[in-house]
Amino acid sequence: MAPQIEPSAGFKFDNVKRNQLLGDKGYKLPTATKTGTTIVGLIYKDGLVLGADTRATAGPIVADKNCEKIHYLAPNMYCCGAGTAADTEFTTNMISSQLALHSLNTGREPRVVAAMTMLKQHLFKYHGHIGAALVLGGYDSTGPHLFTVYPHGSTDKLPYVTMGSGSLAAMSVFESRWQPGMSREEAVEMVKDAIEAGIFNDLGSGSNVDVCVITKGNVEYLRNYARPNERVEKEQSYRFRQGVTEFYAPRAARRGQDTAEMDTSA
Amino acid sequence: MMDFAPMHSAPAEVPVEHHSHGGWDPYVDNGGTSLAIAGKDFVIVASDARQSDGYSINSRYDPKAFTLSNQTVLATTGYAADAKRLVEVLEQNAQTYFHKHEKQMSAPAMAQMLSNTLYYKRFFPYYVFPILCGLDKEGKGAVFAYDPVGNMERVVYQAYGSASALVQPFLDNQVAGANQRGHEGGLLDRETARKIAIDAFTGATERDIYTGDWLDIFVIDQTGIHREKRELKHD
Repeated sequence: MAPQIEPSAGFKFDNVKRNQLLGDKGYKLPTATKTGTTIVGLIYKDGLVLGADTRATAGPIVADKNCEKIHYLAPNMYCCGAGTAADTEFTTNMISSQLALHSLNTGREPRVVAAMTMLKQHLFKYHGHIGAALVLGGYDSTGPHLFTVYPHGSTDKLPYVTMGSGSLAAMSVFESRWQPGMSREEAVEMVKDAIEAGIFNDLGSGSNVDVCVITKGNVEYLRNYARPNERVEKEQSYRFRQGVTEFYAPRAARRGQDTAEMDTSA
Repeated sequence: MMDFAPMHSAPAEVPVEHHSHGGWDPYVDNGGTSLAIAGKDFVIVASDARQSDGYSINSRYDPKAFTLSNQTVLATTGYAADAKRLVEVLEQNAQTYFHKHEKQMSAPAMAQMLSNTLYYKRFFPYYVFPILCGLDKEGKGAVFAYDPVGNMERVVYQAYGSASALVQPFLDNQVAGANQRGHEGGLLDRETARKIAIDAFTGATERDIYTGDWLDIFVIDQTGIHREKRELKHD
């Protein structure tokens, strides 16, 4: 009989059958946090700009009002993530680690196509069950590159891209205004406007605009580049007076009340 | 000898995405939140005005609180089209009542009529969660809350809609004094009730994706209905 060997890497599917049985009996699994998102990227004269909103949702509830969706991959590469928050986080982390090893082995700065290929091969292997929809951008020895990577592993290489639930709102901005050879100021402004189109017109997106400008040998990560949704001041204070919370007196204290003091000398 | 049936271990089934095939649904949840707070001689009614479907905003200002008479306001949530039709029916019947009896319907009369109107459609309901507000015979603030098929309850305060799970506990704490040791109880004064209503909505707008854009506030008292429109966040 062959010994049971723990797989050295990858996911374990031990619980798939059990979970399906539980699901059929009406026990619903906890739902993962989906970043109903607007993420974008565009290429301009000197490089490329990535953009993202900062809302994370759990169904109809805003789970995080200021999350980071532009992930680090390599010193010259960043990646916006939409879809299941955990999947985008772990996928970009893993590829980032592999890229670091790869660039240590080769002694070169990693290429964007390498990251793109590693991402698509990983996602394709899992038939779309890893819910990561990505906008990948970087500047390497061959110039600026911008890709979208879908959860099933397909990729596009385009001069301007959008993804997530706010992708249509954001693309409407790009389709009406993008042109080749734009300046940095024009590019950043357009990315901001595209993300804000998602923030205001898509309920899955909201809060702030994060921007990342990548040029030859330089990255500018502009966290909360725009904050168009500051909360207004409350009408009154909700500070509670001291002692408002009901509590049970600790057992020792109650004992002390109705009996003589315990002899602890012995 | 025991006879064992051969054991087949089927390959583990992997969850598959299913796309819905047709199947027409007459109902839509258009989101949004409504609340009402009764006072000694007034009622505060507040509703946000965003009308949405899924991740899309249909309208940033589509009011879902309606003045039915110069003494009553109906705040709704649920399916906006059904709410509008329900208001039409109520207005028609109130008009008939006015000409028959040569007087306006009182809030309690309107409340009973609303219950009957909802139950009349027991097997194809209006998908609406109504809160009817006005003053009772003694001039006290009256809030009537309903389910979509007409079950009616007179309450001191009520929150319905997409953020009701966020707002109702807030009102339990701030209006009824729940979980506050030594809370004195009693009804709120007008300005405090209004502030709580506003803070309930700015708070709900932060955490509920379906609540936002604009806030309609109505104060009903002996002198009539006073209306106020405030801006909420648009994201």
